[in-house]
Parts: sequence; structure tokens; C-alpha cells
Amino acid sequence: MSSTEHTAGTHVHRDDVGSRMGMWLFLFTELILFGGMFLLYSVYRFQYADEFHLAAKELNTIMGAFNTAVLLTSSLTMVLAIIAIQRDQKALSILLQLITIFLALFFLVNKYFEWTAKFHYGIYPGGEELLAKSSGEILFFGLYYVMTGLHGIHVIIGMFLIAVMTRQTRTGTINKDSYVRLENAGLYWHLVDIIWIFLFPLFYLIT
Amino acid sequence: MTANDAAIKTNGHEPSYLEYKGKHTGILGWILSTDHKRIGILYLISLSIFFLVGVAFGFLMRLELISPGRTIMDAQTYNSFFTLHGVIMIFLFVIPGIPAVFGNFFLPILIGAKDVAFPRINLMSWYLYLIGGLLAVVAILLPGGPTDTGWTFYVPYSIRTNTNVMIALFAAFILGFSSILTGLNFVTTVHRLRAPGMTWFKMPLSIWSLYATAWVQVLATPIIGITLLLVAVERWFGVGVFDPALGGDPVLYQHLFWIYSHPAVYIMILPAMGVVSEIIPVFARRTIFGYKFIAFSSIAIALFGSLVWAHHMFTVGMSDTGQFIFSLLTMLVAIPSAIKVFNWVATLYKGSIDLSTPLLFVLAFIFLFTIGGLTGVMQGVLSIDIQIHDTSFIVAHFHYVMFGGTGFGFFAAMHYWFPKMFGRMYNRKLAKTYFWLMFVGFNFLYFPMFIMGWLGMPRRYYDYLPEFHSYHLISTIGSWILVAGVLLMVYNMYHSVRKGKIVTEKNIWGGETLEWQIETPPIHENFYDIPVIETDPYQYKMNDEKFEKEVVS
Repeated sequence: MSSTEHTAGTHVHRDDVGSRMGMWLFLFTELILFGGMFLLYSVYRFQYADEFHLAAKELNTIMGAFNTAVLLTSSLTMVLAIIAIQRDQKALSILLQLITIFLALFFLVNKYFEWTAKFHYGIYPGGEELLAKSSGEILFFGLYYVMTGLHGIHVIIGMFLIAVMTRQTRTGTINKDSYVRLENAGLYWHLVDIIWIFLFPLFYLIT
Repeated sequence: MTANDAAIKTNGHEPSYLEYKGKHTGILGWILSTDHKRIGILYLISLSIFFLVGVAFGFLMRLELISPGRTIMDAQTYNSFFTLHGVIMIFLFVIPGIPAVFGNFFLPILIGAKDVAFPRINLMSWYLYLIGGLLAVVAILLPGGPTDTGWTFYVPYSIRTNTNVMIALFAAFILGFSSILTGLNFVTTVHRLRAPGMTWFKMPLSIWSLYATAWVQVLATPIIGITLLLVAVERWFGVGVFDPALGGDPVLYQHLFWIYSHPAVYIMILPAMGVVSEIIPVFARRTIFGYKFIAFSSIAIALFGSLVWAHHMFTVGMSDTGQFIFSLLTMLVAIPSAIKVFNWVATLYKGSIDLSTPLLFVLAFIFLFTIGGLTGVMQGVLSIDIQIHDTSFIVAHFHYVMFGGTGFGFFAAMHYWFPKMFGRMYNRKLAKTYFWLMFVGFNFLYFPMFIMGWLGMPRRYYDYLPEFHSYHLISTIGSWILVAGVLLMVYNMYHSVRKGKIVTEKNIWGGETLEWQIETPPIHENFYDIPVIETDPYQYKMNDEKFEKEVVS
């Protein structure tokens, strides 16, 4: 054990495969986090099938479909941003990331109008209109607000994450040789997307 | 660290991780350090403090129960005390316990790595742990009064009570996040950072158990996260999820809670089993018996353990089929657990046994865990469970497993690795004394609970019938003996870190795993050169002669 060439504390560790593996493990935990709620949804849906059907009619399918399209497009721009940086097209990559953030914001604005419209009709937790409805409908809207709400929080986190990536792309921390962070942010963004892809039919399309 | 620590530094070596000077010095050098060893020590300190707080609550509960009726506190205080004892001991001591302290310190060393895969996330998980722990403590002090729901937070009571449930829920949520990050880190580390030549079956057995644990942490913890979050949302906004008044189903809460919290008991026990597998071969001076069986039984326990949660709920009115399946699976867990016990005993057989303190704790582990495990199988039997459900029999059972198992495993690990971690030796004579105090006190404290539980003493009750008095009295006296032992141990550790006899030998116990081939205490990056692994982890026959020579010289 000679220590002649060794200098303490200069050890720099880079492992892209490891980073991706860590990210995938984190995504598992996110899936299971939402999985708990999907489990609740399926049990209550089984218990109150008719009332869920009834409650779902209150939701605006067109608005939901539009938002689905927005989110799917944002996933596409995210992938393109990664491909752009792989090809060393820095400006294009930044542009595509900004479009992704913009689409995410657009999704949230839509969501905001959807929620406030419901609030306007008194359909919110603890609201009189809602409490006058049957148990199944109360549960449906309870889950609707919690699941889309938590999803919304994930969209916001995703936006911040991508914004940080955009900054790092600009400063050159993320470049064509080292873009695993951008990839991981992309993975996160696709997770946000895929959760919505399940939320959409379960809440909007079961009428 | 004080000046006389300079003596630890031996000629020509790099400074140990204790003296290493990085970007920051003083206390910042510790709380901003991403060195897995320093983080392990940070965990050790914070965990010990929370452990002592938990002990204090348990001690006071026992004191209240020394005689029927009111003794030192009212019923509401008692309810808060068992809640706090449970929350602190479970979320702040046994769950993080061995992985956070010894896993952090030794996992990278045992696989021949310089650090974990994500050192900064590792530090972050300690901060989350600390924030969660402080929140749990703050919940005691704030107006509204300490949480009184029990550590299980069962709805609808947890939605209705006016005590500080919200803060406790957030504390548990944050602690869960900390646990996930540790698990994620360990899985990635084991996959990516093993030293060249260290194939899966050349890994020390503690790595197998930490690996299995890490997977359970990653896959089970999110469920408790979302469940507690839903309770919080329900309390906060009145969203209907579990509350029966809004059509919800409280039994679903129990399912979701135990989907995490049962696997969580394997998060608690598996690392302790790893420690036992590590210590036995060293002090029996024999190659571990049935390496692959022990390794795979860790995986099997993690797997089966994730599918048995509903045995906590046999009395809620599940379908007979459901009960039958969960009962069967519960008993299946006993198989891999027994495989481990048999292999440990077989390793001791015809070994050259050195009854040092680490081994004493390990033997106590095997004894207590076997009692705890077998009574666990009893509870898995549907008909018996109806008799003993929610009685102090259950309390006795899980203390035998969690404290007698994990707790003693933790103490074994501490007495085994202490000289390596601090470069100092504890008072070994004193260690044996308090070991016996703890072992005897433990059995006095918990064994009467089996008997009175069987006779019908419910758990979590503030008052009891006169016929249970003698059992409660014995149990409380046992708690005094146990606490005396614990305090002596804490004194011994605290004193020895600063003033214990200095150890510079690399291999004080004659172990074969990698941590015994590096400096004592380890240098900042553990290894001068990353080792290349050629042999299995426990090659005693081959190396015994060499070891004897070293000891003689």
C-alpha cells in the first residue's frame, strides 16, 4: 500500500449509469406514491361504481383532452432538447427546454381555470354543494382534488427542475459530453406525463 | 476532537477521517461533510439522543403502570407518552438505526469503495432526519398538546383529535423521505461501486442484508408517505378520503398503513441480522456456515415480508380467504428467519469461541429474537390472534424482536466496530457488566407482558385490574435494571470516545472483511488503493495461521 501518488480529497467521482439508476429508483418511489392513491381509487370505484360515473360527468372532457395534448407535446420537446444537446446544438436545446416550461405553465393555467370553475359551483372539499352529494361523489372529488393537486405540485417541481437545467445548459455545465442531469430531468418530466396519462381516463373518460 | 487525539495519528499515515481537514473546519467540517464516515457519526450522535428520549418516555410509562390507578400522570399524558415513545423509537431509532449509522460508515468500506454513490444526497438525508426528529419533538411542546393517536395514526381518531397530529404526520413524512434517500443511495452504491473482483457472492453478508433492506426502504416507504399525506389533507381541508362520515373506509387506511409498516419491521431487523452474520464468524473463528442460504434468506425475508401486512388486522373483518392467505404467508416468513438462526448456530458449532462483548450481544440477539420470532408465528395463527390481538402479548412480542433483536444488534455492532470508528477502546469489563444488566432487565421487563397479555391485559391501557398487579410490578422493576444498563453503556461510549485506550492496530478482533485491513481509524478516502478482491469474505481456515503469527508478534 504505497501512498506516494495519492492526494487526499481530490477524488472526483463521475458515474452516469449510477446517476440514471438513482433516478430510476426515485421514479419507482414516485410511482408507488401515486400507486397508493390509485389503489384507493380502484377500491372506491369498485364500491361506488355508479356514483363515480355520475360524478365524472361534471368534469370537462375537452379541457382534459386538451391538457393531455399539451403535456404530451411538452414531453416531446423535452426529448428533443436532450437530442439537441447530444448534437451540440446548445441554443436549440435551450429553446426546446423553454418551450417545455412554457407548456407546463400552460397546463397549470388550464388546471387553474378548471379548479376555479368547480369551486364556483361549490364543488370543493367541505363545500355545501359537494357535501349534499352522495358519499361516492364526495370521494370521487376528494380523490380528484388530491390526485390532480399532487400531480400539479409535481408539474411545478418539474418546471423548476427544467429551469435549473436550462441555466446549467447556458453556463455549459450541461454539454454534449455531460448531459446526464438533463436526461434525469427528462425522466422526471416523463413520469409527470405518464401519471397524467393515467389520471385523464380515470377521471375524465369514465362517463 | 482534542489535542491528545494527535496520538492516534501514526507515523507516515494520512490523517484519519476524524482529523481530516477539508474545506470547512470545526463543527462545519462535520455538519457539511459529505464523507460517509462522518455522516455515520452524525447519525450515531443524533440517533443516540433520540433513543435516550424514547427510553425516558418508556421508563415513565412503566413507572405509571407500577400500580393500578393513577400513579404519576393522568390518562391523557399517558396516551401521549406511548405515542411519543412509539414514534421516536420506531421512526427515529430502529428504522434508521443500523443502516444510517453502521451502514453509512461501513457499507462503502466493506465493498471496497471510497464513498457512497451520492454523497451529497447522503448528507441531505441526515438533514431530513434531523428536521423530522426536531419536528417530532416540537410537536410535544407546542400548544394543542402532544399527539395521542399511538404511532399508528389510525383514522378516524387521528382526524378528529385536537392534539398536534399534523406536525407528527409531517415529521413521519419527512423521516420517510430521509429513509428513501438512504435506501436509494445504498442500492446504487452496491450495484455500482463494488471493488474489482467483488462479485455478488463475495460480498460480506451484512451487505446482502443492507441491500435487501434498501430495496424495502425504496419500495415500501412511499406508501406511508402518501397515506400520512392523505390524513393530513383530510385534517386540513376536509377532503373525503378515509373519514367514514364522508363515505371513506378507515380499514383502507389500516391496509395502506401496514403495507408500509409491516415491511418496515424488516427494514428494522434485516440489518441487525447482517451484523450478526458479520460478528459470529469473527468470534467463533470459523467460516460462516451456509453463506448463500443466509444471503438469499435476506432477500426472501424482504420479499415475503412485503406480502403479510394484513396480519395486523385479523380482527377488522376481512374475508376468510384473505385471512387464510395472510396467515399462511406470515408463517412462511419464519422459514428464512429460521434458516438464518440455524446457520448462525451451526457456525458457532465447534468454533473457537471468544466471548467478547460483541458476541455476547449477538448471542442475546439470537436468544431474544428466537423468542420474539416464535411468538410471532403464534400470532400468525388466526385463532390464537383473536385471543391476543391488542394485548400486551403483542407488545412483548415486538419488543423481543425490535429491541431484543434490532436493539441488541445495534449494540453488538457498536461494540464490534467502535475501535475501528474512533481508534479507541471502550472499557471491556464494564461492557460485560452492563450487558448482563441489560439482558436480565430486558427479560424481567418484557416477559411478564407475554403472560399478562395471554391472560387478557390490553395494550395501551392506563389502568388495569388488580390481578395483573404482580406482573406489572415485575415488569417495572425490570425496566429499572434495563435502564441502568443502558445508562452505563451510554456512559462507557461517551467516556471512551474521548478517553478510551488508543487503538492503532488495523485488525483488533481478527476479522477477515475489508474494514479490518485499513487504518484505524480509517483515512478520509478509506483505502490508499482500491483493493482487488480475490477470496470469499470469511476465509478463516486459510488465514488462521497468519493471524496467530500476528498476535504472537
